[in-house]
Amino acid sequence: MSIEQLPAAARIATETALEEAGKRRWLGKSLNRVEDPRFLRGEGRYIDDISLPGMAHAAIVRSPHAHARIVSIDTSKAEALPGVIRVVTGADVQEHAAPLPSFGAGPIVQDLIAIEKVRHFGEAVAAVVAENRYVAEDACDLIEVEYELLPPVIDPFDARAEGAPLVHEALGTNVAYERTFTFGEVDEAFEEAPRKVQSKLRWPRSTGMPMDTNGAIGDYDPGTGEVTIYANSMNFTYFHWLLAGSLQIPAGKLKVVPVAAGGSFGSKFFMHKVPVFAGFLAKLVGKPVKYVEDRVTHIVSNDHAGSDRWYDAELAFDDDGTFRALRIDCVDDYGAYLQFGTGTHGNGLSQIVGPYRIQHVQYALHAVLTNKNQQGAYRGFGAEVSNWMLERLVDMAARELDMDRVEIRRRNLIAADQFPYRTPTGNIYDSGNYQGVLEKILELGEYEKWVAERDKARAEGRHVGIGVVASNERSVFSSTEFWFWFDQPEFTPTASPESASLQIDPTGQIVVTLHSQCLWGNSPETVVSQVVAEEFDVDPASVVVTYADSQHALPGTGPGGSRFTVMVSGAVAGAAAEVKEKIKRIASHKLEASGEDLEFREGGVNVVGSPERKLSLAEIALAAYMFRLDLPPDVDSGLAAQSTYDHPLTTVPSDDRSDLGIFYPFVGHAWHIGVVELDVETGKLEFLHYAAVHDAGTVVNPKTLNGQIIGGTIQGLGTALYEEYLYDDEGRVRNQVFDTYHLPSSMDVPTMTIEHQETPSPYTPYGIKGAGEGGRMLTPAVLSAAIEDALEPYGVRITTLPISAEQIVEWAASR
Amino acid sequence: MTATLTLRVEVNGRAYEREVEPRLTLADFLREDLGLKGVHLACEHGFCGSCNVLVDGEAVRSCLMFAIQAHGRSLLTVESLAGPGGELNELQQAFMEHHALQCGFCTPAMLLTAEEFLRVHPGETDERAIREAISGVTCRCTGYQQIVEAIQSVAAGE
Repeated sequence: MSIEQLPAAARIATETALEEAGKRRWLGKSLNRVEDPRFLRGEGRYIDDISLPGMAHAAIVRSPHAHARIVSIDTSKAEALPGVIRVVTGADVQEHAAPLPSFGAGPIVQDLIAIEKVRHFGEAVAAVVAENRYVAEDACDLIEVEYELLPPVIDPFDARAEGAPLVHEALGTNVAYERTFTFGEVDEAFEEAPRKVQSKLRWPRSTGMPMDTNGAIGDYDPGTGEVTIYANSMNFTYFHWLLAGSLQIPAGKLKVVPVAAGGSFGSKFFMHKVPVFAGFLAKLVGKPVKYVEDRVTHIVSNDHAGSDRWYDAELAFDDDGTFRALRIDCVDDYGAYLQFGTGTHGNGLSQIVGPYRIQHVQYALHAVLTNKNQQGAYRGFGAEVSNWMLERLVDMAARELDMDRVEIRRRNLIAADQFPYRTPTGNIYDSGNYQGVLEKILELGEYEKWVAERDKARAEGRHVGIGVVASNERSVFSSTEFWFWFDQPEFTPTASPESASLQIDPTGQIVVTLHSQCLWGNSPETVVSQVVAEEFDVDPASVVVTYADSQHALPGTGPGGSRFTVMVSGAVAGAAAEVKEKIKRIASHKLEASGEDLEFREGGVNVVGSPERKLSLAEIALAAYMFRLDLPPDVDSGLAAQSTYDHPLTTVPSDDRSDLGIFYPFVGHAWHIGVVELDVETGKLEFLHYAAVHDAGTVVNPKTLNGQIIGGTIQGLGTALYEEYLYDDEGRVRNQVFDTYHLPSSMDVPTMTIEHQETPSPYTPYGIKGAGEGGRMLTPAVLSAAIEDALEPYGVRITTLPISAEQIVEWAASR
Repeated sequence: MTATLTLRVEVNGRAYEREVEPRLTLADFLREDLGLKGVHLACEHGFCGSCNVLVDGEAVRSCLMFAIQAHGRSLLTVESLAGPGGELNELQQAFMEHHALQCGFCTPAMLLTAEEFLRVHPGETDERAIREAISGVTCRCTGYQQIVEAIQSVAAGE
C-alpha cells in the first residue's frame, strides 16, 4: 500500500466509524471490569499461588561482581545439606541447554547460568533445587565460588574507548551496534535555519517494577518428553519456540501455560531467563520446580530494565518558531546483553517528530555494552524517552525566541486536514485533530489562569511552575522496528497477529478463547466482553473468557506497544462475524425469513420489525449442536469460529532505509498541563493542578482508559522525580530495595482531571487506537518543564532525570 | 532449626494450632500452611505493604513478623471480606465501581488497610487523610487516584 492510496480510504472509513459510533450499544461504556471480583477476593492465582504435587523450589546464587572470571565452584557443602535435591552450575547449562534468545546483532551470547565469566552484578552463577525455598536459599549460602576479578566497564563512554576491557571478547568491541539514519536534507536545513538549540540530555535507567516479580513453574514428563512451564510471561505464544530452543526440545513439546501477572509494564514482555530456569531445572531433577524472583533479584537481574541514554540533540527553526530539522546523536548503555537489539530506538523513530511538522531528521545510535544488567522493555519502549528529548528541545526553542510554550507548539502542530500524515521516517500517523486536543487542554488545564497565578506567586517569592507538553502515542507495532536497522537481517518478522476463538456452547453461553497471555493489570476480558456484547447484544458479564496454552494457541503476540485492545478487537470481531453468519443461516431456516431481515438483539435473533419472531442464542445453539436435521442441509454442526487478525497497515522499508515504511501507524495524541509549587528549602514538590486530554480514537471503556492514563502518568512521575538504578564504580547496584529505589506513594502524586477527544482510526476495528503507554510519554517532560519554570529565578535548565529533591535544594541554594 | 514451636492463632474467625519453625514468617505461614494466597509478597523488606494483614484490627506487614509472634492474636486476611457465596463487601464493590485495581496484586493489602481506616475514622472523606492512611501500601498500576475515590465513596456512605 502506498501513501498515495491512503487518503480517500481514510476519509470513507472515518465517516463510517463516526456514523457507527452513534449506534453502539456496549462499546464506549464505563463498565465495571469482569476481571475484578477474583482479584478483590484474593483469588488472582498469580504464579506464586500455584503449587504442583511434589513441587520443589529453586534459588539462585548471583554474582557479587560486575566482571569476573569464574575460577571454581565448590558445591559440596550445599549438596550435603538435608533437603537439597540438586545443585546446578554453568557446566550443567553448557551440557544441557542452548543460549538464551536474542534479537540483537553480533556474537553476544547469553547463557542461563554464566559459563566461564560473569558480565554483570547479579548474573546467575549457580542454582539450587530443594524441598522448599528456605532450604534452597540456605544452600546458596554454602556454595563457594572463586572469582578472578576483571576490570569492569561501567561508563558507556569509557566502554567505547580504545583498549577498554571487553564485555564480550568474541565481539571484539563494546559497541554492539552503530548506525546513522538520515531522512530528508538535514545538513541543508540546519545551515539555512536562522535559529537552533542544542542540548545534551540524560535519561537514566529505571524499570517497570511490577509488584509481582517474574516467576515460573516447570514440569517435565519423561514419558512424553514434554516440558510444561507455567509463567507470568506476556508474549509466550509469539516466542515460545525460542524458549524451546534454549531448552533443546522441539517447540511442540513445550507447553507454556499463561498465568495472571501482577503487573508488567514491560518487565514481563517475553521473559526468557525465568521460564527457561524453571523448565531446565524441572527437566534435570525430574519433578516440578518453582522459581520466583525475590525483589532484590528482580532489581539486580530482571529481564528488562528501561533505556539508559545520553543524547546530544539539536533542533533547527525559523524566527517565527517554525521547526525545520532535528539532529540526534544517542549513546545507549545496554548493559551486558542485547536481547531486544535496538528495537527501542526503532520504536522511537515511529514518532520521532512528535506531533510537529518537522521535515528533516537525522538519528545516530551508538548501542554500547557495559557490565550492567541488560535492557529490555519499559512502558513506552523508547518512544517515551525520545518524546522527553523532543519536548525539552521545544521548550528550549520557545525560550530562545521568548515565545509562549503553547504558541510555539501550536504553530508546528500537524493540521487536521493533513492526515494520514507521512513522517520523515516513513511511518504514518493515521488520523488526528491535534488542535482540538490543544483547545480542550487549555480549558481543562486553565492555562491562562495558572499563568497569572504563577506570576503572582513568583512576585511573592514563591516557586510555582507550569509544565505544558504535547505527545503523540503510536500504537500497534508491526515488529519492523527490530530489523530495519540491518541491511540484510537474518529474518524479517512483519507479522504480529492476534487470534481469538469464539464458541457458543449448547446452552447459548459465549466462550472466547484468547491466544496470548494478556492479563497483567489491563482489561482483556472486559474488552473482549464489550466487543462480544456489541456484536451479539448480550450482557457482557455473561461472556466467558479463557486463555489457550502454547500448544493450543493460534498465532498471537500478546500485549506490548499498546497493541492489544486494537488487535484482540479485530480478532474477536472476525470470529464473531463468522459465527453470526452461521446463526443467521440457521435462524432464517427456522424462522422462514431472509438472513438480511434478521437482527441480533437481547441475546437472540429476531426478524426486524417483528420482535416476536425470535430465537434465543440458546435455542439456536442447541439446534446447532444436537439437532443436525433441523439445520439447513449445507450447514455443519457446532457454533464456533476462530479468527487471526493481522496488522492492518504495514509496509516494507525501502532497501536504502531512507523510508522505514509504515510500522506504527495508529497514533493517538495528548496534552498535559501540570502546575507545581516547590519548597526550595526542602525540595518538596506539591501539585496545584494536573490536567490531561487524550485522543485514543474510539474509547472502548472510559473508566479503564482513565486508569491506564493515570497509572502511566504516575509511572512517568516516578521516572521524572525518583527512579534510577544506581551503579557504583565497581558495577554493583547500590539501591537493591524499595527504601533506596523509591516508587511513587499515594502522598507523592496529583489528582488528575482527564478528558477525551475521539478521532477514530480509519484502519482499525471500531476506530480504536492503543492507549496503554500515553501517560508515561508525557510526565517526564511536564515535570521537567514545570520545575524549570518554578526555578526560573535561578536560571535552572533541566537536562537530566530524575530531578531529586536534593537537586532542587542545591540549585536554589547555589544561585 | 528443626525445633518447632506451637502456634495458636485465630485467622478469619477460625482457631488454628500448628507446629512452626521459629524462622517461619507470618506471611509464609498464612500462604503456605493455611493456603491463604490473598496474602501477597512483593518486597519482603517491609516497604511496599503488599503483605499487610490485620492483626487485632491493625494493618501489619506479615513479611516482617514471624508466625510465632502472632501467637494468641486474631488475624484477618482478604479472604475474610467477601460473603460466604463470594459476594463482595461494600469496600470491594466500591473498588470495582471506581476501577481502583488493575493487576490486583496490592489490592488485598489496600482493602485491609482501608478497612482499618474506615473503622477507626468513620465518615472521614478528606482526601489527604485517606492518602496518608494508604501511603504504606505501594500500588504500581493505578496512581492511587481511583483507590482514594473508592474509599471516599464508602466513607461518604454512597
